[in-house]
Amino acid sequence: MTFLGTPEVPPRGTGNLRGTQSFPEAAHDRLADSQLRRNLGKATRTIRAKRLAAAGELPDWEALRDAGSAIKTQVLANLPELLETFEQRVTERGGTVHWAPDAAAANEIITGLLGGAREVVKVKSMATQEIGLNEHLESAGISAFETDLAELIVQLAGDTPSHILVPAIHRNRAEIRELFLRAMPGVDPDLDDDPANLAAAARRYLRQKFMAAEVAISGANFGIAETGTLTVVESEGNGRMCLTMPRKLITLMGIEKLLPRFADLEVFLQLLPRSSTGERMNPYTSMWTGVTPGDGPEEFHLVLLDNGRSATLADEIGRSALHCIRCSACLNVCPVYERTGGHAYGSTYPGPIGAVLSPQLAGMAGTDPNASLPYASSLCGACYDACPVKIDIPSLLVELRHQHVREAAPRGEAAIMKAAAAAMGDSRRWELAQRAAGLGRLLARDGWIRALPPPLRGWTGARDLPAPPKQTFRQWWASPQAREELRREAERGLG
Amino acid sequence: MTGKTGTTGKATVLGRIRDALAIAPPAPVTVPRAYRTGTELPSPQRIALLAERLRDYRASVHECRATDTAATIARILGPARRIGCPAGLPRDWLAETGAEIRVDGPETSVAALDALDAVVTGSAVSCAETGTIFLDAGPDQGRRALTLVPDKHLCVVDASSVVAGVPEAIARLEPARPITLISGPSATSDIELERVEGVHGPRTLVVVLRTDR
Repeated sequence: MTFLGTPEVPPRGTGNLRGTQSFPEAAHDRLADSQLRRNLGKATRTIRAKRLAAAGELPDWEALRDAGSAIKTQVLANLPELLETFEQRVTERGGTVHWAPDAAAANEIITGLLGGAREVVKVKSMATQEIGLNEHLESAGISAFETDLAELIVQLAGDTPSHILVPAIHRNRAEIRELFLRAMPGVDPDLDDDPANLAAAARRYLRQKFMAAEVAISGANFGIAETGTLTVVESEGNGRMCLTMPRKLITLMGIEKLLPRFADLEVFLQLLPRSSTGERMNPYTSMWTGVTPGDGPEEFHLVLLDNGRSATLADEIGRSALHCIRCSACLNVCPVYERTGGHAYGSTYPGPIGAVLSPQLAGMAGTDPNASLPYASSLCGACYDACPVKIDIPSLLVELRHQHVREAAPRGEAAIMKAAAAAMGDSRRWELAQRAAGLGRLLARDGWIRALPPPLRGWTGARDLPAPPKQTFRQWWASPQAREELRREAERGLG
Repeated sequence: MTGKTGTTGKATVLGRIRDALAIAPPAPVTVPRAYRTGTELPSPQRIALLAERLRDYRASVHECRATDTAATIARILGPARRIGCPAGLPRDWLAETGAEIRVDGPETSVAALDALDAVVTGSAVSCAETGTIFLDAGPDQGRRALTLVPDKHLCVVDASSVVAGVPEAIARLEPARPITLISGPSATSDIELERVEGVHGPRTLVVVLRTDR
C-alpha cells in the first residue's frame, strides 16, 4: 500500500523479459552456429553502412539527437501529467483508455476486449511480445496472426525474434521457402526461394486475413499527449492494413512512448527511420487520433503498459534506458551482438539496449539470468555513438554491474579483493606478495601463462596472462645498477 | 478494471510513477532546438529534390504543367479500365482517361476497392528532403482504405504543397485527421535484407508533379 509521503520502489515487470540461461551459456551455443553468424554479419554490416550514410546526410544530425534526448528526459520528468492529458485527448476523440500495471493485467484487458473474436491480426509490436500476448490468446483459444513478413516467418517456425527490426535475420531464403511450403496454408507448391516470390506468397496469404479480420492489435511508436494522436512507423503496409481495415483496433503502448507535442514528431520522424533502416523515411507512417467516422476502425482501445517501467524510472541513472525508440541501431554496431545474435540475451529486448533494459524492467537478483546481461559488453561505446536519443549505454552497463556486485558480490572474487587490500595496505607485505608472484614464472612458457591452477583458473579460462618479470620494480629500484642509472640521468638534467 | 491492491489500474500505474519520481526527483530540462526549421528552397530546386528522392525509392514521377494534368493522367493510366477516386477529386483530372470512374464512398466494399485497376488522389503536403507524400484524408484524398487496397496509386502533388524538410511538413498538418505518410511503394527487406517492393500496400506508386514554370 502506498501512503502519501512514503514512496515505495515500484515492482518489477513480468512476461518475456528473461531467458532460461545466463548470457555466456546461451552465447556459447549460438556462437557454434556458423549459418547464424554469417547471416548476422552480413545483415549488421549492411545496415551499419546505410545508417551512417543516412545520418551523415543531415547537417544537423547532432542537434536532432540533442533535441530527441532532451524531449525524452522531459517526458519522463512529467510523465503523470502527460499521461493524464493523453488519456483525456484520446477519450475526447472516441477512444477508450485502459491501464495495465503488469503483463498479466494487459493480457487480461486485451482478451476481454476481443468480444468473442476467434482470430485477430497483429502488426509488429515488441510490447505484445514482452507480455506474451500470443501465447495468452492461444491458451484462450484465439489465433493471433502476425502480419509483418519477418514476424510471420518467426511465427510459422514457432521461433522467437532475434532482432528488433529484422526479427528473422537468422533465417536465409532457402529456410524460409521450406518453412512456407510446410506451414503456410494454400501456398503454391512450386514456390521458389526468390525473395520477391516469397514476399508475394505472404501477400496472398495475409490479404485474406486482413479482409476478414474483425479485430487488429498493434503497438505504437509514439503517442502525442497534446493531441491524443498515435503513430505507427513501418515498411510493408501490413501496419496500414491492420490500422484501417478491421472494425476494432486495440493498441498496446508502453507508458514511456509519449511525446509532449505533435510538433515533436519533426525530431523523431527524422531520427527513427535514418537510425533504424538507414532510410531517409520509411515507406509508410500512419497517424490516428481516436475514431474517425467513415474512415478506419469504429472502435479504438488504447492499453497503457507499465510492467516494470515505473521501477526503471525510480533509478535516476538507469531511467534513461526508457528513452529508447526501438530503432535497433545499437544492435547493429555492437561487436557482441554481431557474433551472438539476439536469442542469447533471452529477453524480448536484445543487444546493448536489452542488456540495460531487461534487468531493470524485470530485475536481476540472485541467480537471475538477467544478472549476466550487464556483463555482455566490451564497453566499446559504439552503441552510445549510434543511439539517436543519446542513451549512454556503457555508463548504464557499468552502473548495473555496480548494483549487481553491491547486492551479490561473487564470494571468491570478494576474498581475493580482501587479500589484495591487505597486501597493498602494507609495503612489506606487498613486497613479499610480489616476490611470491614471481613464482608464477614456473607456470609460463614463452613468456605467457595459459592456465592458472584453481582457484584462479577462472581468470585464464578466457585469457592468457603475461609471465611476471624476473625482477619487480621495487627490487630493481633497490639495486646498485638502478642507483647508477639514476645518477647518470640526474647529471644530464631535464634538458 | 480493479487491480490486486483494490485500486484501479490507472491509480496503480500513476501512483507507481509518482513514487518513482519522488524516490529520484528529476532535474528540470530545457529542450535545445538547434536543428533546422523553416528551411526555404527556391521552387525549382524543391521540386527537383522531391522528384529525385521519390525516384530513389522507386516511385515513378511525371512532371507536368497544371493545364496538362488530365492528359498526363490519361497517358500514364493508359489501359486501366476501372479507376477509383475520392468524392472531392477535381473531376476534370480524369476527363481524358476513358476508363470507368468509381467514386469512393463509405459504403464502397473492400472487394470493390480490390477490383480497381488504379486509384487517383490528391495530397496534402510533400517533403522534398525525404521524398515523402502526406495524405490527410482531405476531400481530394479520401478515406485511408482507398489508397491502400488498390494495387496502383496515382498521386497528384501540386508544386505549391511541396516543402523542404520534415519540420516544415509537420507544421502543415492537422493532427486530428487520419494521416498517412508515403515514401515510395511498400517494401520489405526481411529476407536476407534484399529489398522487395510491393508487399501489402499498392505495389506501384506513380506521382504526378504539377509545376507551373
